[in-house]
Amino acid sequence: MNAMAPITSAPAAAMSEAVFALTLALLLLAPLAIAGIALINAGLGRSRSAAQALLGNLALGAVAVIVFALVGTSFAGTLGTSEIAFHAAGKTWGVLGRGPFLMHGLGSATPQAQLALIFEFMAVAMAAIIPWGSGADRWRLAAGIASAAVLAGIMFPLAAHWIWGGGWLAQLGANFGLGAGFLDSGGAATVHVLGGLTALALVWIAGPRRGKFPREGLSTAIPGHNAVYVLFGCLLALVGWLAWNAAGAVIWLHAPLAALPGTAINTLLSAAAALLATYSVTRFRFGKPDASLCANGWLAGLVTSTACAALATPAEAIFAGAVAGFFTPLLVEVLELAISIDDPSGAIAVHGASGLWGLVAAGFFAPQAGQLTAQLVGIAALLGIMLPLVYLLFALLNRVVEFRVDPDGERIGMDLHELGGGAYPEFVIHRDESYR
Amino acid sequence: MKYAGLLVMPAGFFLTLAALLLFPDPTRRLAFVMCGLAVEAMGLVVAVRGHMPARGASRP
Repeated sequence: MNAMAPITSAPAAAMSEAVFALTLALLLLAPLAIAGIALINAGLGRSRSAAQALLGNLALGAVAVIVFALVGTSFAGTLGTSEIAFHAAGKTWGVLGRGPFLMHGLGSATPQAQLALIFEFMAVAMAAIIPWGSGADRWRLAAGIASAAVLAGIMFPLAAHWIWGGGWLAQLGANFGLGAGFLDSGGAATVHVLGGLTALALVWIAGPRRGKFPREGLSTAIPGHNAVYVLFGCLLALVGWLAWNAAGAVIWLHAPLAALPGTAINTLLSAAAALLATYSVTRFRFGKPDASLCANGWLAGLVTSTACAALATPAEAIFAGAVAGFFTPLLVEVLELAISIDDPSGAIAVHGASGLWGLVAAGFFAPQAGQLTAQLVGIAALLGIMLPLVYLLFALLNRVVEFRVDPDGERIGMDLHELGGGAYPEFVIHRDESYR
Repeated sequence: MKYAGLLVMPAGFFLTLAALLLFPDPTRRLAFVMCGLAVEAMGLVVAVRGHMPARGASRP
């Protein structure tokens, strides 16, 4: 089943027209994954903030792609061959791309580079909306937009160059003999781990929703307002993910077409195994399966597959998904009950932790010697550089554009406060017990 | 506390870089990389503890 061609850090051979057309078609389906995440983000928030939540997904994605087009593509180095690098220990360490601004030269770029650019546009939009669900019911739209601009202009291009643009992580194989360098064919690191770490920084800075952690007793459960949105979002995300992982395998791993069915099957198996694991865990712990946590488990399986679906056998994909699905509900519980992190969408566990697990699993599954070390070095870079950097940037941004809505806005809901009208105007907003 | 934890995390990252440069042997290199990750994990724990709100802090 694992029909992956030998993975190299060298430039790929010229792409045939058939492969180009198929990959382009796959990339045009990838926004369904973003639509799924947007629905999940909206459904896991409160009804009084639903319109703001969905508008936020659109607005953050829009700002992210524009900022990425203006400056991010240059720093990511997708269309250029030059980079800002330093030399140490006889090696070249590429840090930042130095391509043309405003995508100058797009028309004359190779088909491979053009597809890579489309992939990066999808990825930056996805990375921008992941933290939006974690800030539900309290993160101001203006602050979300500013944060998306920072993410798309600085953080994402930095990671994309390191991993996809021939930067120092991609060159770990050539420079240090570590497998094929850091492998991330679906964006587990650049999209999901980065999005999850951004969500963590946001939650730390914005704080929990009012009434979430009372003076006494356990934290208050604030359930999502629409489980149908959440579960349908999971199905929608599957379609996008299948296309996303297959396209990523072609673009970043230079996989032959014969490897794509295996990649798609592994994606499906990983999600299915994760769902069954979460279903079992919640059934065992609470007596009945929990719909919201099962959705989180399904997504965790998909996120895990982004890193390893193109490299694993079906049995390995089931194992990776099952591990993600088993630990995700437990981690969601630990984050909320033990360390008082209010993350309504569960992005920190679903995207951050599952993305990290997927990257480690890819290191185990890949056939090249030293691949696990390369994956661990990449994870160290994400945790040791990206998290402190995004926290610093967000803390500074919070002084300019305050992240958190005022108490009155939180009480009446983000829809009325920020948009002047609700998603469900015929609904009566009941007084919340926690505000008495 | 929270800033101290976030400062420790890059230190762990530089340990992993040192592992690449100092140890050609794959086993030692992997062990040293994992030590760097352990330092990052400790920094993360400190940062998490520093950010934990006091109970009732979110009460209006």
